[in-house]
Amino acid sequence: MITTLLYSLAGLILFAMGLFTLIIHSHPLRKILAVNVMSTGVFLILVATAYRPLGQGEIDPVPHAMVLTGIVVSVSVTALALILACRIQETSNLDLSGRKKQSRPTKEAGA
Amino acid sequence: MIIPIVLPLTAGLLTFLFTRRTFVIALAAVLANLLAVCFLTYQLLVFGPMHCHVGGWKPPLGITLRTDGPALLMLLMSAVTGLAITLYARGYFCYRISDPRRTGRHQRQQRYFWPLWMLLLAGLNGLFLSNDIFNIYVTLELIGISAASLAALSGKPASQLASFRYLMVNLLGSLTYLLGIVFIYRSYGVLDLDLLRNLTAGGPGIRAALALMSVGLMLKTALFPLHFWLPPAHANALAPVSAILSALVVKGSFYLLFRFWFEIFPSIISTPALNFMGTLGALAILWGAIQSIRQQRLKLMVAYSTVSQLGYLFIAFPLVRVDGTEHLWSIVIFMALAHACAKSALFMAAGTIFLHLGHDRIKDLSGVRSRLPVTVFAYGIAGVSLMGLPPSGGFIGKWLMLTSSLASSQWWWALVVMTGSLLASIYVFRVMSRFFVIPEGFSFNKKDPISPLLEWPALILALISMFLGLAASWPLYILATGSTTLAWIMPGVLP
Repeated sequence: MITTLLYSLAGLILFAMGLFTLIIHSHPLRKILAVNVMSTGVFLILVATAYRPLGQGEIDPVPHAMVLTGIVVSVSVTALALILACRIQETSNLDLSGRKKQSRPTKEAGA
Repeated sequence: MIIPIVLPLTAGLLTFLFTRRTFVIALAAVLANLLAVCFLTYQLLVFGPMHCHVGGWKPPLGITLRTDGPALLMLLMSAVTGLAITLYARGYFCYRISDPRRTGRHQRQQRYFWPLWMLLLAGLNGLFLSNDIFNIYVTLELIGISAASLAALSGKPASQLASFRYLMVNLLGSLTYLLGIVFIYRSYGVLDLDLLRNLTAGGPGIRAALALMSVGLMLKTALFPLHFWLPPAHANALAPVSAILSALVVKGSFYLLFRFWFEIFPSIISTPALNFMGTLGALAILWGAIQSIRQQRLKLMVAYSTVSQLGYLFIAFPLVRVDGTEHLWSIVIFMALAHACAKSALFMAAGTIFLHLGHDRIKDLSGVRSRLPVTVFAYGIAGVSLMGLPPSGGFIGKWLMLTSSLASSQWWWALVVMTGSLLASIYVFRVMSRFFVIPEGFSFNKKDPISPLLEWPALILALISMFLGLAASWPLYILATGSTTLAWIMPGVLP
């Protein structure tokens, strides 16, 4: 029980950290990473839910299926968000956070 | 029952594979979808609510689809609006491609529009039909991804920024919802809605779950003060896309929110929570309408009007104290149906005007009436429905709201509803009056004839929203047939 609780608490803390970063940082790459951290937190709680101590029955397979689906969704969403961020960087004269660009963007900024 | 999900999904893949005749595939899919939904409605009226276990797996493990009155009305709404939007999009892209400048870009837009729109329709139909909270999460993500891509389609920097923000908000909403699912699964170990409905035990876990899910869905529905992403995303998109986003996408998450609050977890909802939602709705009505009056661009005005109209859906929440869920469903369904038709008609009309004039600044809209009479008529009719004048569908919704708020002696909601209507008439008429001004030296020569596909779908949708009020008994009948809320709440009815 204590193991499950520990993992779940860690997941919740990850979720909260991701949420905090998503809200206070304006750079898109940070936002994308923050969302990924948040989803990792949720998946961690789900995996911890499936845990059963030895000798107390089988491991619950449904949360595992949910985590797999969630990972697929999160990968595709991350790809879409990255492409959008790159496209904004290329086409607009605005900075990714909405300010006017100072200089030519470097490649690393959009990648 | 799976046809409304599988059909648009297949059409989406086909339109992605084939570069030619994409419109024909999409139109066939939308028509067949409408037919399938009509058939499902017929089945509902004859046999009552039905369940379908996908792949033959029973509820605790498998995913269930079910039809009932509210679900079918939402399906009908998306099918009819979707058909009109498909026709309009055809006219819109043909017009844009016929423009000699930047043809390649417009063709590319059309190429990606159809698959995304079909995917979005599949996601919406799946959302209305699913009976499993995790499956609903997947459809929410499907909707979010395709909606954000659609919003980015116009290629302008502003729309890409708005679409990025839209995607982030959607993600935040769905992750919060997913966390809610995790809490529910930990407390009960089930995901099926029918099974959850029978478990009435409250507790902190389930309260937290409901709060998380509600916040996520409120973010997606753009309830004030979480509406900040909606106006830029909706106003900067292409016209058919704005119509889709404003008429259908926000309704999906609202539908879920309503279902969770009043059908799945009615036992743990407290009166302060209901009043809180109502207050947010009231603020949304006033704030959205005031912002709408202040806007200088037509599409932004229409987008803020969406914020305002969504508020009406939430004002229905505190009225539950006197009325049962069925009455509430009828209010909400009427507002949602009328708003879907009227708002897509408004966005289509605004898009046609934008195409014709090349801009949508409200103060330079003079003389549009003599060039685009049908579009202006559609705008007017849709505006009447938004204001809620009889016999429009909006009138019926507001009337039900007024009577039940007075009957439950909560007159302040009635006051907000009436003020909202007044403000709506201000923002509708402000634009309308510009249409009829003929500037000096105005010539009546017709520059380029507008395709009927650009004008008539908007008018037909506007007329539907207008005459929804006259045919009010039909939706109510479907609703009453499907709604066996009492049977659901009684334990032991379901396996």
